[in-house]
Amino acid sequence: MINSSLNTLSQMLASKQISSVEMTNTFLARIQQYNPSINAYIALDEQKTLAQAQAADAKIAAGNAEPLTGIPFAQKDIFCAKGWKTTCGSKMLANFVAPYDAHVISQFDAVGAVNLGKTNMDEFAMGSSNETSYFGGVKNPWDFDRVPGGSSGGSAAAVAARLCAAATGTDTGGSIRQPASLCGFTGLKPTYGLVSRYGMIAFASSLDQAGPMAKSAEDCALMMNVMAGFDARDSTSLNRPKEDYTRGLSGVTGDQPLKGLRIGLPKEYFAEGLEASVAKVVQEAIAEYRKLGAETVEISLPNSHLSIPVYYVLAPAEASSNLSRYDGVRYGHRAAEYDDLMDMYMKSRAEGFGAEVKRRILIGTYVLSAGYYDAYYLKAQQIRRLIVQDFTEAFKQCDIIMGPTAPSTAFKAGEKADDPVAMYLQDVYTIATNLAGLPGMSIPAGFAPSHLGKPLPVGLQLIGNYFDEARMLDVAHAYQQVSDWHTHMPVGLE
Amino acid sequence: MALNTEDIKRIAHLARIEINEQEAVSTLTKLSGILGLIEQMQAVDTEGIVPMSHSQDLAQRLREDVVTQTNQREIFQAIAPMTQHGLYLVPKVIE
Repeated sequence: MINSSLNTLSQMLASKQISSVEMTNTFLARIQQYNPSINAYIALDEQKTLAQAQAADAKIAAGNAEPLTGIPFAQKDIFCAKGWKTTCGSKMLANFVAPYDAHVISQFDAVGAVNLGKTNMDEFAMGSSNETSYFGGVKNPWDFDRVPGGSSGGSAAAVAARLCAAATGTDTGGSIRQPASLCGFTGLKPTYGLVSRYGMIAFASSLDQAGPMAKSAEDCALMMNVMAGFDARDSTSLNRPKEDYTRGLSGVTGDQPLKGLRIGLPKEYFAEGLEASVAKVVQEAIAEYRKLGAETVEISLPNSHLSIPVYYVLAPAEASSNLSRYDGVRYGHRAAEYDDLMDMYMKSRAEGFGAEVKRRILIGTYVLSAGYYDAYYLKAQQIRRLIVQDFTEAFKQCDIIMGPTAPSTAFKAGEKADDPVAMYLQDVYTIATNLAGLPGMSIPAGFAPSHLGKPLPVGLQLIGNYFDEARMLDVAHAYQQVSDWHTHMPVGLE
Repeated sequence: MALNTEDIKRIAHLARIEINEQEAVSTLTKLSGILGLIEQMQAVDTEGIVPMSHSQDLAQRLREDVVTQTNQREIFQAIAPMTQHGLYLVPKVIE
């Protein structure tokens, strides 16, 4: 059951083969068994979780079930959930009990889904290894010596270790896709504005976007049906007609289901910096796509080398502004001792934030400070337009872009923890998508051998045009019909 | 554009984060590395390019100026570090 699709779980519940309480208990038991070593969850509340499962069983019995009713999900600890401790991986919010629900949480609640608990993450979503969390690192279920990626590392490990049916994540520069690649599952960052950011603790508001982290494209499509939609409480939420993201999946059949599809391969994504073992797996997956009828064309994203510099101006600038709200006055950490108001701010923030968060606040403060604004912030916003124009040109030649999600497989814990620049390069292929607001996915494409034997997952990245999620999910689904990488489970966790 | 520890302390003060001498030194090294990365931008000619703040160049929606929330003072103050008589307490700022 733990390896079943959301559709299968839904059918099991509908046919009364199992109750939501029983299904939830199965996952809770796995969490009890494995979470002490993996550290994927940082808040559990069995009473609340089981109350939701009981309510779901009543909803099913009354004949009011929806596709995700009664299915247990893990929620990234960036989403406020009423009555749940919501920490964003930070000491600053270590005792923060959310007084309201994020839009994403209320959407899952509305269909009667079950919240298994809140998952670990890099502090304020700033990191690519989950090592900046105040609550400790997370183990990669494929190799406990390695990181799960980040920032949605807890959700990633929970999905990979089958400690939930699926999970939510957020992606500002790759935080859904890079962990999906490193942990071997399917993750989707939707078009900016499709999923409401209300109640999602802000990092870089012009880039942050929530999305599903699940075993398959089909599962992601079902979750998108619940997560996406207009919400007036997010000023950047887009008011568009409701879509059924599963609508095209059943049409992906026959020998050449993708005939006519043009896949763009950016030459910059296969250049220096990409590990050979990753490149090999990605090329094999692309070869499989040709067999499915797609044609490939080489494209160029000439400004892609600028996406990391631009991101590390814009994201810290927005973060320094967003995180100024943590002042020790209304909520969050306040220092025990201080002389005056200024001292209270200075000490509370020095104690409450970890090293990486402080670094990004300082960078942001610097690039926004008098005399530097034009040289950094405005310049970055100008180059952001060049990066977006690269994609506009590229989509004249192709329908979808493919390449690696991350330059390497999962790296060892501690390996990059002291070198921010090396860590930032993990997101070299994912960041441009956030800057452009485009949808991006990572799907399991196979495994690369590691030096000490344990094979490590490799993700294939799919980048679509605006609002093209349904087609991307179809394209991912086509591959998952002829491959079984997305069904593999880490050894020892069966 | 090379920073020194005095710059770091000035920026930290602007950001309202207390920082000691030792932290300023280690922060300087890491920040210099990051700023070196950012410096690549300066090689690009951006003359005449309109800065982009929203990836689809969309503007903010306006809403009607009407009351949408009820008073939840007690709920919100329950999680505050220090309150009294429905007010947030901070050190004295007016003599």
